Amino acid sequence: MFDTISMLVNAFGPSGRENRVAEVVTQMIKDKVDEISSDAMGNLIAVKKGSGKKIMLAAHMDEIGLIITTIDDKGFLRFGTVGGVLPLISLGQRVVFENGLTGVVWYEESIESMKDAKIDKMYIDIGAKTREQARELVEIGDMAVFEGRPVEQNGLIISKALDDRVGCAILAELARRCPATDNEIYYVFTTQEEVGLRGARTAAYAIRPDLAIAIDVTRTGDTPKSKPGAVSLGEGPAIKVKDNSVIAHPRIRERLVDCARENGIPFQFEVVDKGGTDAGSIHITAGGIPSGGVSIPTRFIHSASEIVDIKDVENAARLLEAFIKF
Amino acid sequence: MIEHGVLSTASGEYPESLIDTLKKLTMLDGVSGDEKPVRDFIIELIKDRADSWHVDNIGNLIAFRKGTGLGKKVMLAAHMDEVGLLITGINDNGLLKFKAVGGIETRVLVGKRVRIGKDRVPGVIGYKPIHLQDDSERKSTVKKSGLTIDIGAKDREQAEASVSVGDTAAFDYDPVEFGDQKLMAKALDNRVGCALLAELLKDRYPFDVYGCFTVQEEIGLKGAKAASYAVEPDAAIILEGTTCYDLTGTDEHMMSTRLGDGPALTVMDRSVISDRGLFRFITHTAERLGIPWQVKRTISGGTDAGRIQVSGRGVKVCTISVPCRYIHTPVSIMDKRDFFNVLKLAEGTLAGLAGWFSEDGNAGAYGFDQNQSGGESDV
Repeated sequence: MFDTISMLVNAFGPSGRENRVAEVVTQMIKDKVDEISSDAMGNLIAVKKGSGKKIMLAAHMDEIGLIITTIDDKGFLRFGTVGGVLPLISLGQRVVFENGLTGVVWYEESIESMKDAKIDKMYIDIGAKTREQARELVEIGDMAVFEGRPVEQNGLIISKALDDRVGCAILAELARRCPATDNEIYYVFTTQEEVGLRGARTAAYAIRPDLAIAIDVTRTGDTPKSKPGAVSLGEGPAIKVKDNSVIAHPRIRERLVDCARENGIPFQFEVVDKGGTDAGSIHITAGGIPSGGVSIPTRFIHSASEIVDIKDVENAARLLEAFIKF
Repeated sequence: MIEHGVLSTASGEYPESLIDTLKKLTMLDGVSGDEKPVRDFIIELIKDRADSWHVDNIGNLIAFRKGTGLGKKVMLAAHMDEVGLLITGINDNGLLKFKAVGGIETRVLVGKRVRIGKDRVPGVIGYKPIHLQDDSERKSTVKKSGLTIDIGAKDREQAEASVSVGDTAAFDYDPVEFGDQKLMAKALDNRVGCALLAELLKDRYPFDVYGCFTVQEEIGLKGAKAASYAVEPDAAIILEGTTCYDLTGTDEHMMSTRLGDGPALTVMDRSVISDRGLFRFITHTAERLGIPWQVKRTISGGTDAGRIQVSGRGVKVCTISVPCRYIHTPVSIMDKRDFFNVLKLAEGTLAGLAGWFSEDGNAGAYGFDQNQSGGESDV
């Protein structure tokens, strides 16, 4: 599982630029599914045919990032954010462009307080000396992502972009296992989740599944003086009850709980008032689609060093495998 | 890409009559939800150009031009509505209470002339004279709750004879051509798009074209959502007026666009990340035709593109805009060369779009080899 996750997190893929992730996923699963295609939004849709229910499993391929808005005459880059990037978390980070170029995020040192270190007071240094030199390497509109290579340590994985490549890894793993079922399974690797749950909307509209599950990350409440939160690392995948974008369909939630109990899989409940997942746009698409979620407890979401417990990831795959067989 | 002030003059290439049409469009009132005067004018303009047209339930005007054989649908969209005010109450003293419709800054309202309702009743948003303001009033910002519209009525009864609660009010400012090829007017956002879209409907294209003049963009991109579900296009180009802030004292990276630098293309804003392939095709078209262009630098605002992209099974979208200084005020300013260059770029793009469909635009977003990936899906 670590190798699968590593390959996926290492792929460059901010919102709207997910094609490299899609290529990695395609190589992983193409021999195990009946059909694989992409749509106008860039969603990758793989189908394992069946005569039973149409079940859509969705994980988003995109990660948060930065987008270049200006190249100044000294070769420094100004940027906007792609998805929820916290200014202070960006400071001092290395960022990587699609062509491999590395940059460093720093701030205008004339500001009086670090509270004023907003994104528009920051820049990226790519070591270019002039605008012309910079423009040979990067163009306005290009995107960059945090650098943060994957590390396995004490049963945990530390990496950038675990949100939501860990979900992609679970879907890829599941597709490769080919669970025996009559149901028709749609493994959907969505785009532009981080900027407003956009890709999942059009994918669900095209597929019109009978039900859908979004596989994403959820924050934990188990770090020193963290905001209160019931979910802890290592205590099992979280079955979604509610987030800010969706109230999970009760039958799906109950079925997930039953599957976990029947198979001795540890689980927790996710009840949060902030953040959304693809289930938020899927459930109100095409006349309404019963939707739920399975979430991986994750520390430091939207940083270059997110942390998950590999047991939670493996248990989430087991839980979903049991679920899609019903 | 051209970074600084390189201009191409359009004089001679395009008729000044299009500027006259634009001016007439800005003189019509079409506050969100109340776009009929603008729509009626556009219907007269396009009824002989389109093969057919209709107005849908939400008020969008959708004009259709049959293609010459390529089985693709292209949506061209421009919103008809403008920001304005909605009358919410009439005080005993005859002054009108109002709410803003769309993004209007309170400071912009003070001292402005407006006209209200179908009969275009004149009014003005007055304020306490400077002589009578105390120190704290002079230093504090204007509060919208303290503002009213004066229509010269002596009491509620007299006011009610000419206006009603629920009427909309638009800025009462006529267009002025001035300076170096500049046009100042209200509602350039987005009558520029309406004028250009009507002009583009003069031509016939290989693909079917749906010219969608949409409603209620300024209050949440509402009309475009309905129109795009009805049209189900393969690709959409959105014509807009966009923010321009290029004056001294602004850091370069905070200038969204610059007047005179050419059509502004959106890579990303709060509503959309433009389709990368379509964006590149349009920029290559600009380079090929020698049309100056710029990227809108700030990731702010939203356009109809945001709703069109995620409608149905998904649509490839890109927005081309005319930069407008002082947007959402009665005195927005555009450069006529930018306006004509947007037309030229849109024409060039549509002329080459059939080729784009057969190469980049037709493949799945990643262009997978179908044999390798296991056949085409039915989804």
